[in-house]
Amino acid sequence: MEGNIYQVIWYILWAVLWTVYFVLDGFDLGAGSILYFIGKNQKERTVVYQAIGPFWDGNEVWLITAGGATFAAFPKTYAVMFSSLYSPLLLLLFCLIIRGIAVEYRNKYENFIWKNLWDLAFFLGSILATFLLGVAFANIFQGLPIDEKGNYHGNLFTLLNPYGILGGFLFVFCFAVHGANWLAFKTEGRLAERAASLGKKLWIVAIILAALFFSGSYLSTDLWKNYFNHPILCIFPVLSLTAFFLVPPMLSKEKYLKAWIASGLGIFGFSAWAFIGLFPNMFPSSLNSSWSLTCFNSSSSVLTLKIMTIVAFIFVPIILAYTIWAYKILHFKVPTQ
Amino acid sequence: MEIIVWLSRLQFATTAMFHFLFVPLTLGLSFLTAIYQTLWLKTGDEDYKRAARFWGKLFIINFGLGVVTGITLEFQFGTNWRHYSEFVGDVFGPLLAIEATMAFFLESVFIAIWWFGWNRLSPKITTLAIWLTTIGSNISALWILLANGWMQNPVGYVIKNGRAELASFWDVFTNSFGWLEFLHTVPAGYVLGGFFVLGISAYHLLKKNELTFFKKSFKVGAIWTLIWSISLLITGHFHGEEVAKKQPTKLAAMEAIWETKKGADFPLIAFPDEKKEKNVVEVLKIPGLVSFLSYNDFSAEIKGLKEWPKEERPPVVLTFWSFRIMVGLGLLFILLSIWAVIKRKNPENYPLLLRLLLINIPLPYIACEAGWIVTDVGRQPWIIYGLLKTNDAVSPISASQVGISFPAFIVVYSILGIICFWLIIKYARKGPEVENSKIKTSIDY
Ligand code: HDD
Ligand code: HEM
Ligand code: HEM
Repeated sequence: MEGNIYQVIWYILWAVLWTVYFVLDGFDLGAGSILYFIGKNQKERTVVYQAIGPFWDGNEVWLITAGGATFAAFPKTYAVMFSSLYSPLLLLLFCLIIRGIAVEYRNKYENFIWKNLWDLAFFLGSILATFLLGVAFANIFQGLPIDEKGNYHGNLFTLLNPYGILGGFLFVFCFAVHGANWLAFKTEGRLAERAASLGKKLWIVAIILAALFFSGSYLSTDLWKNYFNHPILCIFPVLSLTAFFLVPPMLSKEKYLKAWIASGLGIFGFSAWAFIGLFPNMFPSSLNSSWSLTCFNSSSSVLTLKIMTIVAFIFVPIILAYTIWAYKILHFKVPTQ
Repeated sequence: MEIIVWLSRLQFATTAMFHFLFVPLTLGLSFLTAIYQTLWLKTGDEDYKRAARFWGKLFIINFGLGVVTGITLEFQFGTNWRHYSEFVGDVFGPLLAIEATMAFFLESVFIAIWWFGWNRLSPKITTLAIWLTTIGSNISALWILLANGWMQNPVGYVIKNGRAELASFWDVFTNSFGWLEFLHTVPAGYVLGGFFVLGISAYHLLKKNELTFFKKSFKVGAIWTLIWSISLLITGHFHGEEVAKKQPTKLAAMEAIWETKKGADFPLIAFPDEKKEKNVVEVLKIPGLVSFLSYNDFSAEIKGLKEWPKEERPPVVLTFWSFRIMVGLGLLFILLSIWAVIKRKNPENYPLLLRLLLINIPLPYIACEAGWIVTDVGRQPWIIYGLLKTNDAVSPISASQVGISFPAFIVVYSILGIICFWLIIKYARKGPEVENSKIKTSIDY
């Protein structure tokens, strides 16, 4: 099938939506994953909730939009991806539900057991959701056993192969670093120090996992293929690594906002790398590459893509403007009680 | 019917109905809170400020569950209704994507500014944020209902490449069915929110607690509720006419009409028997009313269910009774809100009215759910009316997958639902806080 420019534009927008989702929800999921390491008691943990409270929902809307855009621009990919990944997606959903409600309800009732239970839900929900996202995307990069009709021949455990698990851990540690940087920036005193020193330790693991993942991708995926053809694209993995290497020095200098921006850029560069490597595939088949779903064979009609392009070009800048404004005016340190 | 279709339908119905336990209060209470807040800005009356805070808090508790249960629905089109998604994505997908870009960002960002900026930002910015949250919810309702309206009455498409492709976005956007749903569903949320405020105010007035505060909430709530209750009757009527035109099988099921006839009667009570294809009991028939309501003509012809083969008829009993319940409650709401408006100056002297308003709180919820049953069960066996059957829409997944996720939803949702309503009751009973903005500058979370 011949491609058209709108399919490419929408592939890019699709990748951008997921990328922004990882960068933004990454820090609040990460903050949840390190809840117990930052807050040693209930009072300290309250600070963690307050630091992400205003932001988590707005961040999650990027996931909703990424899902909606997949549905609208690439209905076939949406349909095959979501039905093939039924079990992991529903598990992800339950995690997101309980952690979201934990943030909303934990501080609405003064009771020791109540708060402890929500803390546990928030921690487990955040860490498992992150892990599942990593596993799912690593498997997408690698290809899944789907036949020419788009029917999936596998189950939840098919996904738990070494590369998939590596992806899961990579996400957990990268998001945890990102979350630690955010908490260092948003809090004061001993909590900020604790977050910074934890961030540095997590960073070491994250960087090792990233190295493994980049090389593992060479062995078990085609992600590097586009880079051999167009080496200029290597700016993205280079950007990712450079930014990520700036995290520890920034933390040492107590430049926490910059450390957070650095980890954000690291995640940004990483997912840009992956989606560029994946192009034009969106849901590759591991059985036969001609059965893969690409942005060219799974897209909506040109009319639909055109309308969506207009909507995106009007509204995304507006959204970015008020989101940045919100981050600015809600820029205050959470006091440690 | 295949088990997988049944499980997926049950799961979708359960999760959608659960989502709609929270949506209408979001729609109604955000609007009322915005009004209280604006009244405070305009009059400087501290009670309105406390009202915005008090009702706002109940709103926030409810909002949390609205958000997390919405994501489930968006995922399910792909997870459970794969063939549906492939078939309609070109037309239906954009509506969901536009909803997210135009509405969900607006709602979620400004709700944060409203709630976390309180005491930090100027009251004007807070007021603006509440209004933008409200507008966001309403825009969200518009797009999702246009999406649902398209399933009820598909327009603006062509069948090409084995799927429905967009032919005219304008036709999809101006689909009368979707707009009628919007004009009926959003006021339903306003009515529910209004009765929520009236019911809780009644509780405190009965206990002689914070009399001046709750009398003010009551007054605004009473007028508001009456206006929207009447509007529900009007838009509901036009909605019925539209159904008569576009979905004759649904109309026949709503009124349990089996035989085609001119001048169809409106039975107040009937027990339809789907096997025998007739109503075993039928009492209190109002002659010609169905014809009149549908076509403004007491002798217009109404097609009976027998015109269609059995497998093309919706479940009759459920549709019929849900419709009766909704309309009956709608009439009750009008009477009740008229009474509340008449006594709005000194409601504390009318304990009977107050008690009725208190026990009335759950009824708008029932009316809303009943309305959705009429709309979506009455649409069966079609997932897109006249175009695609629900049976053909399902994903090629194994029944065991839904067999696990469905009970999991029931367990998790029940727990969360109980907690949410328990928290709402807890804070509702506590009453408004004594505003002391000088001391209280910490983050309220
Ligand atoms: C008439 C209104 C209405 C209807 C019929 C629906 N919703 Fe809804 N939805 C809303 C009105 C709404 C809202 C008022 O905008 C909510 C409710 C509470 C809230 O937080 O926003 C919301 C939240 C909400 C969210 C979370 C948004 C966020 O994170 O801020 C999603 C993803 C959906 N919905 C998706 C759906 C889908 C896929 C539906 C169809 C099956 C659906 N909703 C029916
Ligand atoms: C939130 C309010 C809603 C409620 C309470 C609701 C209720 C229901 C119910 C009870 C069913 C089951 C029908 C049956 O299988 O017999 C159903 C099915 C369905 N509804 Fe809705 N609905 C709502 C909104 C929507 C919207 C806005 C859409 C589309 C945008 C939608 C799309 C569907 C789909 C795809 C199904 C599943 C397929 C089917 O059974 O036909 N619903 N809904
Ligand atoms: C007072 C008389 C009322 C009439 C004549 C009426 C009429 C209708 C009709 C004909 C439908 C079905 C439309 C379809 O199948 O697509 C409907 C749906 C609905 N009704 Fe009502 N209704 C009334 C009152 C109410 C009340 C009091 C509520 C709730 C507070 C309510 C909430 C709903 C909802 C949520 C739906 C589903 C969404 C939709 O299709 O708009 N209705 N109503």
